[in-house]
Amino acid sequence: MSQIILYTIITLVAIGAISAIILYFVAQKFKVFEDPLIDQVEEALPAANCGGCGFAGCRNFAEALVKSETFEGLNCPVGGNEVMAKVASILGREAIVQDPLVAVIRCNGTPEFRPRTNSYEGAPSCAVAHSLYSGEGGCPHGCLGCGDCVDVCDFDAIHMNPETGLPEVIDDKCTACGACVKACPRDIIELRKKNKKDRKIFVSCINEEKGAIARKNCKVACIGCGACVKVCPFDAITMENNLAYIDPVKCRLCRKCVVVCPTHAIHEIGFPPPKVKEPEANTDTETTKAADNETKLKD
Amino acid sequence: MGLLTFSRGGIHPPENKISAGKLIESPGQPEIVIIPVSQHLGAPSKVLVNRGDTVKTGQVIAEPNGFVSTNIHSSVTGKVLKVDLFPDSSGYRRQAVQIQVAEDEWVDGIDLSEDLVKDFNLSTEEIRNKVLQAGIVGLGGATFPSHVKLMTPKGKTAEYLIINGVECEPYLTADHSLMLEKSAEIVVGIRIMMKGLGVEKAIIGIENNKPDAIEVITKASAEYNNIKVQPLKVQYPQGGEKQLVQALLKREVPSGGLPIDVGVVAFNVGTIYAAYLAVQKNRPLIERVVTITGKSVKNPSNFLTRVGTPVSFLVEKAGGLPEDTAKVINGGPMMGKALSNLDVPIVKGSSGILLIKEDEAHRKEMQSCIRCSKCVTVCPMGLEPYLLMTQAEKGMFEDLEDNKVMDCIECGSCAYTCPSSRPLLDYIRLGKAEVGKIIRSRKAV
Repeated sequence: MSQIILYTIITLVAIGAISAIILYFVAQKFKVFEDPLIDQVEEALPAANCGGCGFAGCRNFAEALVKSETFEGLNCPVGGNEVMAKVASILGREAIVQDPLVAVIRCNGTPEFRPRTNSYEGAPSCAVAHSLYSGEGGCPHGCLGCGDCVDVCDFDAIHMNPETGLPEVIDDKCTACGACVKACPRDIIELRKKNKKDRKIFVSCINEEKGAIARKNCKVACIGCGACVKVCPFDAITMENNLAYIDPVKCRLCRKCVVVCPTHAIHEIGFPPPKVKEPEANTDTETTKAADNETKLKD
Repeated sequence: MGLLTFSRGGIHPPENKISAGKLIESPGQPEIVIIPVSQHLGAPSKVLVNRGDTVKTGQVIAEPNGFVSTNIHSSVTGKVLKVDLFPDSSGYRRQAVQIQVAEDEWVDGIDLSEDLVKDFNLSTEEIRNKVLQAGIVGLGGATFPSHVKLMTPKGKTAEYLIINGVECEPYLTADHSLMLEKSAEIVVGIRIMMKGLGVEKAIIGIENNKPDAIEVITKASAEYNNIKVQPLKVQYPQGGEKQLVQALLKREVPSGGLPIDVGVVAFNVGTIYAAYLAVQKNRPLIERVVTITGKSVKNPSNFLTRVGTPVSFLVEKAGGLPEDTAKVINGGPMMGKALSNLDVPIVKGSSGILLIKEDEAHRKEMQSCIRCSKCVTVCPMGLEPYLLMTQAEKGMFEDLEDNKVMDCIECGSCAYTCPSSRPLLDYIRLGKAEVGKIIRSRKAV
């Protein structure tokens, strides 16, 4: 009996030893050299695997970073400048500082402003609804409210507001990975420059129809009147296809356009309540700065 | 020979042919018509008229913009109010011509009499040209320009002309009423199309739930040995081109192919009648039979409707919108799409308007797939709808293409039969659209 056990042990040890030797030589023969830097860079990345950088995952992005000469066109929106600086120090290169971005919903078609003329009961997906028809409110550009953007968000940063039927972005959680931008079949979501205190000024409408038609479907649509273009002191607003667009880089958040917009399509978010007296034209930026300071003091 | 039908898949939805046997009537003309310039598959036509122009009935208002495109004619006499974007049946705005209707005055050279003109002496080329000039497209619903179908691609020969008188879609009776009332004209139309294609044999497929139509067409075609009427066993979607070819000739159209690949060209009876009018009477395609029906519609009708007539006008003529209406469908219950606006115009491809009552209008709540494989069993194209839906949902478009999503004829049998009420067709349509984009971009490179 004990002999059997002994033989078994000897046989298994022998097989194990032979296999180990074979495996060792095979491993030597088929060895693939992998830059140890890739592991280090991957370690520094946020490991979200969100695809925001345009690569399949953090590992692929790390490989691309190690391979590339400069960091041009390579950016991890989730980690931001901090992570990119860390990666740069690992690789001994210079980091490109990028403005942090945040997702912005450019539609304000709540049932109040954009009355629902029919009800959709097809598959609960914006992509499907968009391929079928113009939507519950008649606006062919507006938010369909099925929440494709909510489904794709890996960071729990976008939620549907049941009252308005529109998605809302939580700025602190948003990493600007761009998944929602890709998921939205109507291109409503845009990544815009993140300003101080999450302040935002943007045209909350993407309807390119003529003013009268756009207005018929939605009370807060951009009607392409051009009042904002005229009033903007920084040439930040352009008008194309009956739709105003505020360049987030040129915009200095003076809020003049917000006041003149007849349909209230231009939104201001994160500003203190408006003062009774309108600021003068030339001191405008300063007053906003002053307002900044005031709120800082309050904080 | 016993009754034929296609061999793979198929379902038997309730027929509900309420408007069957109703004579074709004219609903009159509305005050304003909107004529879209894209009423066919292919490139939208190029508008020839301007705001303020006066147009006559039958006048060309848009010309073909490419090979797969066709003429669009004014369906009324009157003044052009606008050439602008108007909502089509999907609610999206597309280019259309809006015309204020005046007293009907046709352009010269059109024979408006009802007399049957039997004889024709035209070459293949002339027939094809007349079909193109008259703006004829497939009236079964696909609206593929007919003159393109008449041109047999090089290396292929047409052997049979198949006429689709199946009308398998529940509720709709437009083709049925046309066959009953215009049988002699249809037979002349068939002879014209046979000449246009250069084929010797024609088969008319009619489901045997329309015995009266089978009888009159058989009688009308009795003197021609090469035109055969074939009654078919009722089964949805027999009206699908590929299913009909399979039912009649036992020939399988290859995946991604057309009936011409197996030597067949198929036309709907409505298209055949339009071809008769175009060739023998010089009349362009400006009106078609549209069924207005529904369980609570006061006066279900088959209206000979001018293209561009608003849906609301027809509903009014059929007794008004019943109070319990919850959904208005453009087309039949299986393949039609719900309308979000009743002011949209009737186009060449509109075969019916269906008004659904509140208690029948809503979908059941979607539940999980229970892997019963009913959708696979009923799919007439032999696809796996549950798989296609999942892949479309997950955005796996390359896999969708491998699984032959483009072969789907969108008959809706899968969604109809699904015990979990899963929106299979919704997602498959989305998948088809995305895969179509991928294929086009690949071709463009």
